[in-house]
Amino acid sequence: MSGGGGSNPQDAGGGSTGLTDEKRREYWKKNLTVIGILMGIWAFVPLVLGILLGPTLNEIGSIGGYPLGFFVAQQGSIYVFLALIFFYAWYMNRLDRQFGVEED
Amino acid sequence: MNLSVVGLTFALYIGIAIWARTGSTAEFYVAGKGVNPVANGMATAADWMSAASFISMAGLIAFLGYSGGAYLMGWTGGYVLMALLLAPYLRKFGKFTVPEFIGDRFYSNAARVIAVIALLAMSITYVIGQMRGVGIAFSNILEVPLWIGLVSGMAVVFIYAVFGGMKGITYTQIAQYVVMIFAYTVPAVFISLTITGVPIPQIGLGSTTEAAGESVHIIQALDRTLVEIGFAPYSELANMSMLNMFMLTLSLMIGTAGLPHVIIRFFTVPRMRDARRSAGWALFFIAILYTTAPAVGAMAMWNMLNTTIEDPTEVWDNREALAEPGAWMAYDEQPSWMEHWAGTGLLDIEDKNEDGHLQYYNEDDEEMAKFAEEHGWEGSELDIDRDIIVLANPQIANLNPIVVALVAAGGIAAALSTAAGLLLAISSAVSHDLLKGVFMPRITEKQEMLAARISMAVAILFAGYLGLNPPGFAAEVVALAFGLAAASLFPTLMMGIFMAKMNKQGAIAGMLVGLFSTLLYIFIYKGFFFFPETALLPDEEAYWLFGLNTTSFGAVGAVLNFIAAYVVSKLTAPPPKEIQQLVENIRVPKAD
Repeated sequence: MSGGGGSNPQDAGGGSTGLTDEKRREYWKKNLTVIGILMGIWAFVPLVLGILLGPTLNEIGSIGGYPLGFFVAQQGSIYVFLALIFFYAWYMNRLDRQFGVEED
Repeated sequence: MNLSVVGLTFALYIGIAIWARTGSTAEFYVAGKGVNPVANGMATAADWMSAASFISMAGLIAFLGYSGGAYLMGWTGGYVLMALLLAPYLRKFGKFTVPEFIGDRFYSNAARVIAVIALLAMSITYVIGQMRGVGIAFSNILEVPLWIGLVSGMAVVFIYAVFGGMKGITYTQIAQYVVMIFAYTVPAVFISLTITGVPIPQIGLGSTTEAAGESVHIIQALDRTLVEIGFAPYSELANMSMLNMFMLTLSLMIGTAGLPHVIIRFFTVPRMRDARRSAGWALFFIAILYTTAPAVGAMAMWNMLNTTIEDPTEVWDNREALAEPGAWMAYDEQPSWMEHWAGTGLLDIEDKNEDGHLQYYNEDDEEMAKFAEEHGWEGSELDIDRDIIVLANPQIANLNPIVVALVAAGGIAAALSTAAGLLLAISSAVSHDLLKGVFMPRITEKQEMLAARISMAVAILFAGYLGLNPPGFAAEVVALAFGLAAASLFPTLMMGIFMAKMNKQGAIAGMLVGLFSTLLYIFIYKGFFFFPETALLPDEEAYWLFGLNTTSFGAVGAVLNFIAAYVVSKLTAPPPKEIQQLVENIRVPKAD
């Protein structure tokens, strides 16, 4: 809509960009940071809580009638994954707007 | 009546295909890149959820208990990888196929061809499994010969995939998703209601059931009964070593994110931000089935234990009660679902000690084996194939026969939707990557489309043939498909996006190392090309590298791919400037 001069978003190659190199690096760094944090949670919940600490969590308690470790492995992880993806999509849309790079 | 339910769904799929028939390659390969992200999420869910998810997974979980979570977490966790690391950037790149990205990004036809080979190996493998799924659903539930089911399934796929291409497949998959999810959740809701009085299975699994006047949590009831007959408690990590569960989960995650037929679905949405959101919707639609599956598995297991043991609560903390004459189900009081499935060979009951009662217990448990010997039992008398759990569930729970037909239609929808997605990935690799991309760059769009349709038709015939004459190793090869996807395509795609300096030598070395290390590890234990007599080592834990199962090796293959690619790229020249520019461009939505 704004600027860009009718560039075709389906085309990856060629042309110039309205973004300075510095801005571009900043955008990418912010993206990498959020990916890093989310990937940390992505690995921690299923692999550490769901498997490595699963038996311990089972002994600690239960949630809604499920032993805790069992719950993480068979329900909880999936809900966390969903939250991670929708959060990322929301965060990146906001970032796109801040940097004025959202697609038409 | 069963057949008419399935026939109706077939008519629906074909109707949609006629409505969505395609004319251009862009429509054929990526549905014109105009699919709404929510619709694409639903189609992706159907594309991804195969006969394995629909028919086999709940059964796996029922018999694995806690450790079955490896499949749930692995097969859903891959979508996080896909949404954060691949889908938006591959969408921004804006072409048609996965090998095309690899070929362009690594400025190399060799890389493109290696990617095609990996893609064909995993997709063909996977199609065989789907055709088996169609066959099983048809011949066992609808009681028609295997070939009739298979041929009609093939014909339907042929019509909507060959003529409709990606556009036809997309809208058919949406219909298939609806059929599939309805067929999965309706029996689950009724079974949860019957056992716990709670209509939502996810909550039902955590609630209580009336067992002999007592109110106990289902999971606890399963734990206590299973322990008495010599199995591991349901809610504890057992049946799989912790290391294998860890590596299997990781391998399935990486493998899921690397499967080309799923990745190409994200080429069909209009923008980068739609690709991110669409991955979330895909997982949302998948989660409806995947969070129901644990309840289906556990409740089916509880139903089954209640069928075989007259009163499970009587035997808690009192194994001796199992020796009472009436403790086990009498042979002449067999429920009809057992008789039905015994006829298919997927359930085996035999009164080994001829006492007129069916003893079901864990023969491999030493204490239990001793107990059994003392009481004159001659081995566990029930052998049940895990794959029948979902299909037999409505019969076990005594639901209306129409539900049985619905479940069959759901299983067939799951298999057909995945088969169609795979066939499209196969045909686009052949026509777009091999023919147009490498060997005959001058063919016109019309010729390319014709080639795509012919290769799809050939692939359907081939898959149908293999469905009728399945190689004995079909089940093992599915694990191979995941290992290959994890070890070959995923790391290469990811490095292509996140490491601008990764060059073609690195990518090729990485793919080859990942591919061959994984193949080698599997072949050593399963035999070269799955000929058992060529296996170098027995497929047992004592011989596995660090005790690692062959299905769990994909994650190691992926790491080897990364290492090889990194080392080789450091030793060779960096990629040309314009490639580094291309990488910069796919990272930012509007930058062009």
